Amino acid sequence: MPDTPATVSREEVRHLADLARIELSDDELDHLAPQLAVIIDSVASINQVAAGDIPPTSHALALTNVFREDVVRPGLTADEALSGAPEQEQQRFKVPRILGDEQ
Amino acid sequence: MTSTSTTGALLAFEEALAKFDPAMGLEVHVELSTASKMFCGCSTEFGHEPNTQVCPTCLGLPGSMPAVNARAVESAVRIGLALNCRIAEWCRFARKNYFYPDMPKNFQTSQYDEPICFDGWTDVEVDAGDGPETFRVEIERAHMEEDTGKSLHVGTSGRIHGADYSLVDYNRAGIPLIEIVTRPITGAREKAPLVARAYVAHLRELILALGVSDARMEQGSMRCDVNLSLAPAGSGGLGTRTETKNVNSLRSVERAARYEISRQAAVLEAGGTVLQETRHWQEDTGATRSGREKSDAEDYRYFPEPDLVPVAPDPAWVEKLRAGLPEPPRERRARLQQEWGFSDLEMRDTVGAGALALVEQTIAAGAAPQAARKWWLSELARRSNEQGIDLTELPITPGHVARIQALVDEGAINDKLARQVFDGVLAGEGDPDAVVAARGLAVVCDEGALSGAVDRAIEANPDVAQKIRDGKVAAAGALIGAVMKEMRGQADAGRVRELILERLS
Repeated sequence: MPDTPATVSREEVRHLADLARIELSDDELDHLAPQLAVIIDSVASINQVAAGDIPPTSHALALTNVFREDVVRPGLTADEALSGAPEQEQQRFKVPRILGDEQ
Repeated sequence: MTSTSTTGALLAFEEALAKFDPAMGLEVHVELSTASKMFCGCSTEFGHEPNTQVCPTCLGLPGSMPAVNARAVESAVRIGLALNCRIAEWCRFARKNYFYPDMPKNFQTSQYDEPICFDGWTDVEVDAGDGPETFRVEIERAHMEEDTGKSLHVGTSGRIHGADYSLVDYNRAGIPLIEIVTRPITGAREKAPLVARAYVAHLRELILALGVSDARMEQGSMRCDVNLSLAPAGSGGLGTRTETKNVNSLRSVERAARYEISRQAAVLEAGGTVLQETRHWQEDTGATRSGREKSDAEDYRYFPEPDLVPVAPDPAWVEKLRAGLPEPPRERRARLQQEWGFSDLEMRDTVGAGALALVEQTIAAGAAPQAARKWWLSELARRSNEQGIDLTELPITPGHVARIQALVDEGAINDKLARQVFDGVLAGEGDPDAVVAARGLAVVCDEGALSGAVDRAIEANPDVAQKIRDGKVAAAGALIGAVMKEMRGQADAGRVRELILERLS
């Protein structure tokens, strides 16, 4: 339950922007850092109404074990799959040169 | 950019081990052989035209929703149980966020701090020539995730580096994967590379016995990443590790571990520090190549997957799965050795050649154990070695081998002709009977033709014939050879011998 306001540094925003592949100018970093701090504080305020008897939850529905049988169902044709691709070649999605390594 | 130095100084393996203790962590990805993908109904079949096994879910199109494949969860639990893991009572999927075109969603659905299986162990046997020794490998976790698409890098280099652009096929994206992660394996010393190989081989056997994956390393349905670090000998510490990817055969697992021990030892000996980085195993050079540095690249911002509800395996169901596990590979080997009457050496050779299942299936198809072993470990092992492939990759089935042996047992062909039948089957000329018919390989059973050849051989070798008449039966070999030559090998040597001795008694 944070009583002190959150702080988000310019460098943290730069790092996040980098991870999200968003290019931000110095002005934008200055602008966004305090805004993100406010957002974090706002979300954190939920902690103040959640009492100890309310467990953290990641889902709105109290369901478990929703499964699908292992059955093949028809999907898209290659033409359909590629219909939204800006570029294609050899029935594959053509993407710009990849920097970095495979995961 | 990171450095891409391929060759660096190496310290001799023995010298490296005298100064440093290796610690290894192995991460093995197994593609499950479910009919459909992990979160959608697209087919998982291998080898189809690009982008023909895709749908809005595995393409990450807006509005699509994933749904968990029940059989994949069952397979994950069975793998965990076979590895003596605890099974989570409740766990979630998580998004692993990263931008790379092999995952069109820009995240991989995986599991993070709540794996479905954890805290397991398995015993692997290693024999460095000084008798079998058992190493216990502790399993940290086995979790569920999905495979990525396949990228084709177009450019002069054929690799990511220097490619002009890439082409992506998403048929593989979303195929269920189980990632099995060991705890650091320490104390194996100079046997560390062997332990790594034995562990992956053992895991592969286990997976095959469970029937949850075809575990073909050469096709990528089983892949191994080797984490390795060195610490000063006797220090008990852990050094900086590298993660070597792209290790796609059992032999490469051993070689990659050996190489990294020698490479890191050379770096440390020269007063340098080992970079924490991803390295890529290169089969052609037998070396690892530097990839990306791991320092801050590994910021995947995992969070619980909101589109999938938690998985809570019912303990009663887990116990049912446990009761239905197949016989563990080691126990199975001991049983088969007894059933087949193999010596320890014969059994070790069979297992070492990766022929256990093949021999078992050949016996099941009707061949005698020694005959099944003989063909797989001599004739077929020689050919697979020549081609540098596994026995399982030869285009011949245990059924074929059993049939060829049956033809020998029936006297229709002899061992020499059998080799030609193997040639034919492996060359894709059809099943053994078709090859025998097409090549005209059947042993000549025509007694008239045989008698004629025997008579001519006796006539042409009067001295030998006389010796046999005088009781020197061993001399018959020369006449048998002459007959076999005339019959171009297509005669039953035993029958020829009988005919010769009849004539000259």
